[in-house]
Amino acid sequence: MRIGVVTFPGSLDDHDACRAVRAAGAAPVRLWHGDDSLSDVDAVVLPGGFSYGDYLRAGAIARFAPVMSALIPAARGGLPVLGICNGFQILCESHLLPGAMIQNDHRTFICRDQRLRVENAATAWTSDFEQDDQITIVLKNQDGQYVADKRTLDELEAQGRVAFRYVVDGPAAPAPRRYDRFASRNPNGSYRDIAGVTNARGNVVGLMPHPEHAVEQGYGPSLDGLKFFTSVLKSVVNA
Amino acid sequence: MGIVVVDVMLKSEILDPQGQAVAGALPRLGFNQFTDVRQGKRFVLTVEGEVTGQVLAAAREAAETMLSNPVIEDVVSVRAEPQEAVSHA
Repeated sequence: MRIGVVTFPGSLDDHDACRAVRAAGAAPVRLWHGDDSLSDVDAVVLPGGFSYGDYLRAGAIARFAPVMSALIPAARGGLPVLGICNGFQILCESHLLPGAMIQNDHRTFICRDQRLRVENAATAWTSDFEQDDQITIVLKNQDGQYVADKRTLDELEAQGRVAFRYVVDGPAAPAPRRYDRFASRNPNGSYRDIAGVTNARGNVVGLMPHPEHAVEQGYGPSLDGLKFFTSVLKSVVNA
Repeated sequence: MGIVVVDVMLKSEILDPQGQAVAGALPRLGFNQFTDVRQGKRFVLTVEGEVTGQVLAAAREAAETMLSNPVIEDVVSVRAEPQEAVSHA
């Protein structure tokens, strides 16, 4: 099982993504933004970071990198692709996923352990979760506000394509959480608390928080991230 | 040398955090008359020779495919600019 991890100029989390792939029992394959082929990998991770400095718009220039001209048709053909943070932004800019990411509504960078609810446990990257599982992984972003028009949002909800939502406790939160600055609102202003979405087929998934930082005991808030990678191993074996 | 200017703005229904930051700072300088600020992007594209209809069409295509994201932004204008009107600081 070979999982490609693309490095763009400005990618930051490609090494952690490779570690996560290895921790799940697969072989990471380093792919370069200038590559014209995907080297026959079974799945691809677009990692976090600031590809091309986030110039123009986050993900906007990476979307036209040579490797993307191989990846976009492969993803349309069913290749499992996971976009994390900047990778999610790239998938949106590529129109493989609907919507777009803009700057956090509170205009500050955010870095925190974030609880999410798994709302679609049937995608290539989430099948090891149960529906409505709550997980905690790292969120760190500047341009993390997920936006789309109302029709697109309604369509996503109707088709069960919201893969992850930020858990917003509100006033009912237990005492320590109640004082969290994001107890009563999601951490970046994302419409309808959306943290991640999937395409209709379930092979392309993008999310803002970082599962690859939560795969190893002693590092990160949990081991919840590992299931993203074990899920895709199963989906490839069963394909 | 010809010049094409492309202006891109966030769609009006999309929150503009940068514009809000500017709007929040203006009153501190005594500018109290501006109730809202929206910030856009201007691209200045230079070509050799004149700006022909073909050049403008190419600029329009670039504006729609790369310079803007139609999900969140509108291309407000694509126009030929007299060269002396563009300063190269």
